[in-house]
Amino acid sequence: FFLSHLQRNMGPDQYTHTKKMGTLPTKQEAEGHADWKDAEHRMGTSIMAVQFKGGVVLGADSRTTTGSYIANRVSDKLTSVHDRIYCCRSGSAADTQAVSDIVRYYLDVHSAQMGEAPEVHTAATFFQKLCYDNKNALSAGIIVGGWDKHDGGSVYCIPLGGALVRQPFAIGGSGSTFIYGYCDANFKEDMTRDECHEFVRNALSLAMARDGSSGGIIRTAIIDENGVERFMLPGNQLPTFYEN
Amino acid sequence: MSGAGSGYDLSVTTFSPEGRVFQVEYAGKAVDNGVPSVGVACKDGAILAVEKPEETKMMLPGSNRRIFTVAKHVGMAVPGKLPDGRQIVSRAQQECENYKRFYGNTIPTKVLSDRLANYCHAFSLYWHLRPLGSAALTASYDDNGPHIYLSETNGVSYRYYGIAVGKGRQGIKTELERLKLGNMTCREALKTVCKCLIKQRDDQGSKKFEIEMAWICDESDRQFVRVPEDVAKEAEDAAKREIEQEDEDSSDMES
Repeated sequence: FFLSHLQRNMGPDQYTHTKKMGTLPTKQEAEGHADWKDAEHRMGTSIMAVQFKGGVVLGADSRTTTGSYIANRVSDKLTSVHDRIYCCRSGSAADTQAVSDIVRYYLDVHSAQMGEAPEVHTAATFFQKLCYDNKNALSAGIIVGGWDKHDGGSVYCIPLGGALVRQPFAIGGSGSTFIYGYCDANFKEDMTRDECHEFVRNALSLAMARDGSSGGIIRTAIIDENGVERFMLPGNQLPTFYEN
Repeated sequence: MSGAGSGYDLSVTTFSPEGRVFQVEYAGKAVDNGVPSVGVACKDGAILAVEKPEETKMMLPGSNRRIFTVAKHVGMAVPGKLPDGRQIVSRAQQECENYKRFYGNTIPTKVLSDRLANYCHAFSLYWHLRPLGSAALTASYDDNGPHIYLSETNGVSYRYYGIAVGKGRQGIKTELERLKLGNMTCREALKTVCKCLIKQRDDQGSKKFEIEMAWICDESDRQFVRVPEDVAKEAEDAAKREIEQEDEDSSDMES
């Protein structure tokens, strides 16, 4: 369900998204529109976040493309919006950077006024407000994950239209379409921190193997009460599965 | 009181040589001379009570309400000038709604009372406005427990275990200080609050009073609602009986 790839809304009638679900990236297709003409930086991506007791694990690939050129093969799609709240960004790199910058600012002001750390739910609400109110202009699929003392670890998914859904785990980006089955089969409630980390790495590795728009290294971030720990798994050390 | 301002009290934008803004203080007097209102935070909730004299025999009981629901988890009593008070309630309701829409969460009471205090304060900054003659006595119950806040007309806002404003407030405050409110349930406290209010009446006997009560507690599912009529009546009657008992015994008040 959330998918964003090289197709964009075209034409004055903005009420129907031309983004198709589950389509492999083919540029020339989008209803007579030649995509390469205005190829911006996109993060055809594989992102995911999983909640465990006491925190969350966020993961992402590292490929940013301009058309078919990989503009950045080691990008960091896991962005901090507060001390213990991160977001995974997919879609237009510019749009998601702008939105997360604004959310970071709001959370800064809010936490200063409240005198305590903001809840993940609040951050997700800010993202939702921006993505929904500007849905016609934005191309941003975001997963918010973090820890707060009220709810512990939580994961929120904000797909293209600006809906807000809390889930035990969420996957996103073009590469996610290939791993729905794997994730549904292998996710278990109440996994430990390390089991979640392995789950994320395996799933992303599978997605990156099949999705042309995802690749590079796997970056992960584990957030709990004590803070954030970041990891990087180089491309030649990714978990491997069936390979011809 | 009259003449104390001697020329520095004509406008809200004028300081006196001692650094006082008399108009704001006079606005506070509107609250001080208003109907007695009490707010109390107990173990399992918070109570607001206002004692209204019967203005005229022709008025229906229950009219001229002084206690309003601002949001499900917050209620407010407005001692002082009632029309000004309604303005504050309206603003509070908007604040709650906006906060919910923007942050996705119910407004913490501290934030609400700070905003109302700022709102009241804003009226003291402009020549063409007058300060509001009403305070906001807020009761709420959220994850941090029951709260009572008073946002005054001059722009300060404090949290209280128990507070009284209006006529007879000094006597009521003295009574409240003796109580261990943190150990009482709302039901128990209701009776005590009624007692305080009844005791401070000028006992002319002929005047009728109506005590308006509302609470937010575990018993009301943590929603701010008017105290059910039977419970209210029971509390009032029990209070009256206790007062009569004390008058007979001339003994100290129970705590």
